[in-house]
Amino acid sequence: MATANKDQSTKRVLKRAVPDGLWIKCPGCKATVYRKEAENLQNVCPKCQYHFYVSARQRIAQVLDEGTFEEWDDHLCPTDPLKFADKKRYADRLVDEQQRTGLTDASLTGSGMIRARRVAIGVTDSAFIMGSMGSVVGEKLTRLVERATRHALPLIIVSGSGGGARMHEGILSLMQMAKVSAALSRYHEAGGLYISVLTNPTMGGVAASFASLGDLVFAEPRALIGFAGPRTIKATIKLELPEGFQTSEFLLEHGYIDRIVERGRLKNEIARAIDYCGK
Amino acid sequence: MRSPYEAAETCTAFIANPNATDLETMSSTLNGPDFEAGMLEIEAKIRELQAAGLRDESSEQQDLEQQIIDLRREWNRLTEEVYSNLSPWQIVQVARHKDRPYTKDYLNLAFEEFVELHGDKHFGDDRAMLTGFAKIDQYKVMVVGHQKGRTYKERASCNFGCAHPEGYRKAMSKMRLAEKYQMPIICFIDTPGAYPGVGAEERGQAQVIAESMFQMSQLKTPIICVVIGEGGSGGALGIGVGDRIGVLEFAYYSVISPEGCAGILWKSHEHAPKAADALRFTSKHLLELGVIDEVIEEPLGGAHRDHHKMAGRLKSYLVKTLEELKAQPVEQLLSQRYAKFRQMGVYLDGLQQDAAAATT
Repeated sequence: MATANKDQSTKRVLKRAVPDGLWIKCPGCKATVYRKEAENLQNVCPKCQYHFYVSARQRIAQVLDEGTFEEWDDHLCPTDPLKFADKKRYADRLVDEQQRTGLTDASLTGSGMIRARRVAIGVTDSAFIMGSMGSVVGEKLTRLVERATRHALPLIIVSGSGGGARMHEGILSLMQMAKVSAALSRYHEAGGLYISVLTNPTMGGVAASFASLGDLVFAEPRALIGFAGPRTIKATIKLELPEGFQTSEFLLEHGYIDRIVERGRLKNEIARAIDYCGK
Repeated sequence: MRSPYEAAETCTAFIANPNATDLETMSSTLNGPDFEAGMLEIEAKIRELQAAGLRDESSEQQDLEQQIIDLRREWNRLTEEVYSNLSPWQIVQVARHKDRPYTKDYLNLAFEEFVELHGDKHFGDDRAMLTGFAKIDQYKVMVVGHQKGRTYKERASCNFGCAHPEGYRKAMSKMRLAEKYQMPIICFIDTPGAYPGVGAEERGQAQVIAESMFQMSQLKTPIICVVIGEGGSGGALGIGVGDRIGVLEFAYYSVISPEGCAGILWKSHEHAPKAADALRFTSKHLLELGVIDEVIEEPLGGAHRDHHKMAGRLKSYLVKTLEELKAQPVEQLLSQRYAKFRQMGVYLDGLQQDAAAATT
């Protein structure tokens, strides 16, 4: 069902990286930027280095050696176990999101080469229901970690999720946090190297599970990263939030991130870390 | 209107008097949720008649007793009716009831001893997370549990059961200690969620919850988790990875609070009852979805009506489960714990469907 419309909309998703049109407005510096120029810089603002959204497929293309990606478990599709409906039925929402993004759910997993080193890689796409983790994201990532364990592969997971655990699958989504974390715990015991890359945004249940469990945690500059949403915190403490709160730089300062890595350098940084850890 | 401090005294008296019967000790002087209005009215009448009976030793005594018996019958009938038809939103009210037994109450009533161990040896001592050695039946265990606090003062110091990173670090360090001496771990989950605040983010709220699950999944000692009230999202799951997961009948366990969900999907907190319906988080649903092992039945009218009876039931569940788990070799325990969480989730597998289609 979900795969039927996959091919036709893959093309559309590539465009979604930055808003359609020749010119785009940068949320970082408010400057008007020539779209092509930003795209040539892997969707980074040429003026202020603001990192725009990139889709999971684009990310894989940016990080892996060309043509080496072998996708795993693309036959797993989401369903609607709770028969959940808010203003829209979850079942309908899934179809719409699949058509809009060309993805079956919010993650892509597989293996490929980074500067000729074989790795297992997973990416969550913040365009699909806020990149939230439901049963499919949890299952695909768990399978990814288990395979990386079996084949002794370094593991890279690039997170982009403003949604955390997906509400529409209720408690089943919450349990995916425990499931992936348990798999990572076994991977760790087996001596595997896990590099977690945090991108804008990484929040809630995703931040509170696999995204925070890397042996090395990298983050793109100025990404929003945290547990509770800024609005929730503001409503709780009834005070203004400090400047730069919950950004990559804030987390680096407080000791939760190893390195802030600009997008253009990500591939080399990963390759170098793998070399240091002897994998 | 009674002050919260008086309310707290009522509860203490209630806990301290094990011989009192259900109806006499019911906390009906406090305002309960709407759906308990009829029940509370009958309770008030019973108390009135009892008081009258005490004043007047004479003639109409028998008649009075009969009236009380009738009222109790009526109360039982009504309570059964109300409590067997609670909506998910009403169940949330029960789970949050201010007289509901908390971790500390169970430590008093179901355990023979509790030796509190403080502090995460890192930042502080989070009062929202209670940890320490305890004895239950013949077992020496480590108890880790959220504590909401009964009085205003206590609630404020516990942040209403919302733990900070130091709470989860404290829990992790005590659990590692338990593992070292093969002491089983019992986790009581009762939190609206992990604390959302500036300090909590600065000290790594997301990271500690992740690390706690990561660690619990491999601790070489039996772990029993029981949701005794609110199972609020990551804050709950942070001490929720174990070999057995039990849930009290009127507790709930959810990916997000109904108010939070309504705020995001319906754009207003007023739609919380709708969100509560949609989220399928009551004990019955949790069992159907395969995320918990057992529902522990509550006394008629909810755990807040009879702490002793509830504690007794919880104790028998814990002792029975400890016996079961202690009999298993650790390696087997760990592989079953992994398998338990491994199978959670519902999705369609295209390959399996194709295979199924090919064979038919």
